[in-house]
Amino acid sequence: MSGHSTYEPKSAVGKWFESRLPIMGLIHSSFVVFPNPRNLNYFWTFGGILAFMLVAQIITGVVLAMHYTAHADMAFNSVELIMRDVNYGWMLRYLHANGASMFFIAVYVHIFRGLYYGSYKAPREVLWILGVIIFLLMMATAFMGYVLPWGQMSFWGATVITNLFSAIPGVGEVIVSYLWGGYSVSNPTLNRFFSLHYLLPFMIAGVVVLHIWALHVPGSNNPSGIEKKTDKDVLPFHPYFTVKDAFALCCFLMVYVWFAFYIPNFLGHADNYIEANAAVTPSHIVPEWYFLPFYAILRAIPDKLLGVLAMFGSIAIMVVVPWLDTSKVRSGSYRPVFQIFFWLFAINAVILGWLGSKPPEGMYVVASRICTVYYFAYYILVLPLLGLFETPKSLPASIADSVLGKGGSGSAMASGAASSPSTKG
Amino acid sequence: MATTHASASAEPTRRDFLFIATGAAGAVGLAATIWPFISQMAPDAATIAAGAPVDFDLSPVAEGQIVKLFWRGKLIFVRHRTAAEIKAAQDTDVTSLRDPEADSARVKPGKDQWLIVYGNCTHLGCVPLGNEGAFHGWQCPCHGSVFDTSGRIRQGPAPINLPVPPYAFTSDKAIRIG
Amino acid sequence: MKSIKTLIAVVALAGLASGAAFAQSHEREIPPRVTWSFSGPFGTYDETQLQRGFKVFHEVCSNCHSLNKIAFRTLAEHGGPGFSKEQVTALAATFKVKDGPNDAGEMFERPARPADFWPAPFPNKQAAAAANGGAAPPDFSVIAKARTYERGFPWFVFDIFTQYQEQGVDYIASLLPGYEEAPAGVTVPDGKYYNKYFPGNIIAMPPPLQDGAVTYLKGADGKPQAPETVQQYAKDVSAFLMWAAEPHMEQRKEIAFRVLVFLLVFAGLLYFTKKKIWANVEGHA
Repeated sequence: MSGHSTYEPKSAVGKWFESRLPIMGLIHSSFVVFPNPRNLNYFWTFGGILAFMLVAQIITGVVLAMHYTAHADMAFNSVELIMRDVNYGWMLRYLHANGASMFFIAVYVHIFRGLYYGSYKAPREVLWILGVIIFLLMMATAFMGYVLPWGQMSFWGATVITNLFSAIPGVGEVIVSYLWGGYSVSNPTLNRFFSLHYLLPFMIAGVVVLHIWALHVPGSNNPSGIEKKTDKDVLPFHPYFTVKDAFALCCFLMVYVWFAFYIPNFLGHADNYIEANAAVTPSHIVPEWYFLPFYAILRAIPDKLLGVLAMFGSIAIMVVVPWLDTSKVRSGSYRPVFQIFFWLFAINAVILGWLGSKPPEGMYVVASRICTVYYFAYYILVLPLLGLFETPKSLPASIADSVLGKGGSGSAMASGAASSPSTKG
Repeated sequence: MATTHASASAEPTRRDFLFIATGAAGAVGLAATIWPFISQMAPDAATIAAGAPVDFDLSPVAEGQIVKLFWRGKLIFVRHRTAAEIKAAQDTDVTSLRDPEADSARVKPGKDQWLIVYGNCTHLGCVPLGNEGAFHGWQCPCHGSVFDTSGRIRQGPAPINLPVPPYAFTSDKAIRIG
Repeated sequence: MKSIKTLIAVVALAGLASGAAFAQSHEREIPPRVTWSFSGPFGTYDETQLQRGFKVFHEVCSNCHSLNKIAFRTLAEHGGPGFSKEQVTALAATFKVKDGPNDAGEMFERPARPADFWPAPFPNKQAAAAANGGAAPPDFSVIAKARTYERGFPWFVFDIFTQYQEQGVDYIASLLPGYEEAPAGVTVPDGKYYNKYFPGNIIAMPPPLQDGAVTYLKGADGKPQAPETVQQYAKDVSAFLMWAAEPHMEQRKEIAFRVLVFLLVFAGLLYFTKKKIWANVEGHA
């Protein structure tokens, strides 16, 4: 979406069309000849994987909506009818439900890749903030989607999360009743959640277009963190990165298939196979695994309003990361001290996730508080101070030099790949 | 053109008034158009009608028993307290509470044995389990808030006591909620 | 570099160790693992076991428990208990279902057809609760997926690879014969029972199964297909409930294998294509 197109339509029809709507040229310049840093590692394939997952979720979701009934008395049953009677209905539903988890696994890898390699730093701040907005929209979409089967965890999850807004002083109660459309989570709530769950993915798609647009202005960051300078530093998107992304996607799909077809309920909750019942609370309300770190932060703080603020703050703080990190060096590969704090942060996030799945008592609360403190300290203390005191390693002169082993050491990211924040509660 | 600009910045003219009036009219129209789209989110007429006051007969509730009922889709506990539970609730030092409220303020005068409170935890809306927890009132299974026999918050994350719904005794053994 | 990795490993190990220590604190009797024909990537239902389990459900459980989401026709579907269409039609005809209204505006009863759903033993939840000491017996349609026990760390991680997902059926199979005398110090209220596998141990359901209560079909040797014991009944009915909750499991696992083989081959092709394309780029393998 940048630079001048070198695309020349061959056919007369192509020329006629291109002179009226130069869309083929746009695609050609953005996804065919677009110059990508040649040293991108496999962590850079997750952008493409995420694009695939968004499309996959929209397609399976639109098809499921043809069979689903958004009514408090019928939703649970209609999901069972999909599972039992609709041709391949079980497959569509399991793909969609597990697809949400795969989407989040991919987005967490994508986010941590950005944090490690400093992809948020100038001139990519807007790109990064658009990513945070996509993440928020994803969370809202996933939350509302989980309500639709109208099981016990759907209902009580919705009750807990909508009640977060009652913490707002003064207008909280009114806002909550407007979210519910009643005096509790009920049929109007389910209906509007279905409507919004259908709408939000298309808004995500819109922000994704902006995200890619903002990406194509400076181009991709890369493991060395050095901007591309000459033609030696880059390779055209096609075929080099199309084939690499396709291979990575294929490997990712194997994981997806393993979950969706072999252990489709592993990432879900048994309680959600019990129909929603306002008079019975499940003994232990737990959100989906991808919300657990944030849920742990919410519960770590004994005050309701502060807890809610901390939870939203834990995401909102990502918006200002580009300005909190004072380091002149972009890539974590050349920042030995940063690496220690980064991996501690990653482990901390996984532990927070695990704590979020535990009952809020005893040692779990203490541990949640310690982890919450580190979560915020990483952003507020470590990133600003480290840039002032840390002595980075010497940087290679160019991307090409980093690939050919002249100066600077390679990436440490691959060795830590197993620590991506994908845990289950 | 230059003269027009000069006069615009110097003092209001009839033209400025026209611009401001047009802009204001547009803003009013926009706000009026948006309002129905916000307002439709609120509880609808049928929901509000279904939320009218309800009568409840207390006579079948045995001493020590907690009965659950629904009003406006919200759970309400009706607790027939034992003498020991009343004493425990009354003897509590009010100043030590997170949400200081005397037991007498949470029941109707002369009806100490009847405690009527909303049944959703004030933390995040789960249903606390009766006769559990350190104070034998309620304990929330979700995040561990503990309530005493007056429904007051004693431990855990809930910020306030279980609220008392609006109700009145219509006879010795009957109440009207709402 | 080395010291960083060591530090990270130490922190991670400390995390794991404390995790294991935490996990001990929430104990409840863990149901023993049962060997199921349907576990693992190539698992299939054992038709004769599902038929036996169905018999236990039909003669014992269905007196109190509903099976609302299961239509008679599904008992003859591929990948299930394998009854014939004729058997299912005859079975359905033994039930009466409410239909109507007719031309006079009245509801009437007629024999069930294969398209009908399994009739519930009680007209509604309140009636079910009133007839069972205040606790309504839960519906059985998806109960094998609606029950579980906490695996804890690190077992749930291993479960991803071993595909262990039979917590629900294991629980049901051990719950049914799991009744015993309450230990000293535990008082069981009137009309309730002590079961060591039930969360909280106090269960409203009386022991449902007795040895010999259900007669199994005889095999060629004149003996029953399986022992007519509580343990065997419990396993068979659990297997039936797993099918009821997941009737397309066989098809799902068959497709899973084909898709994975396809993806493996496709990934291989892509990998070598990628290698070929990148072969002329200096500094890349």
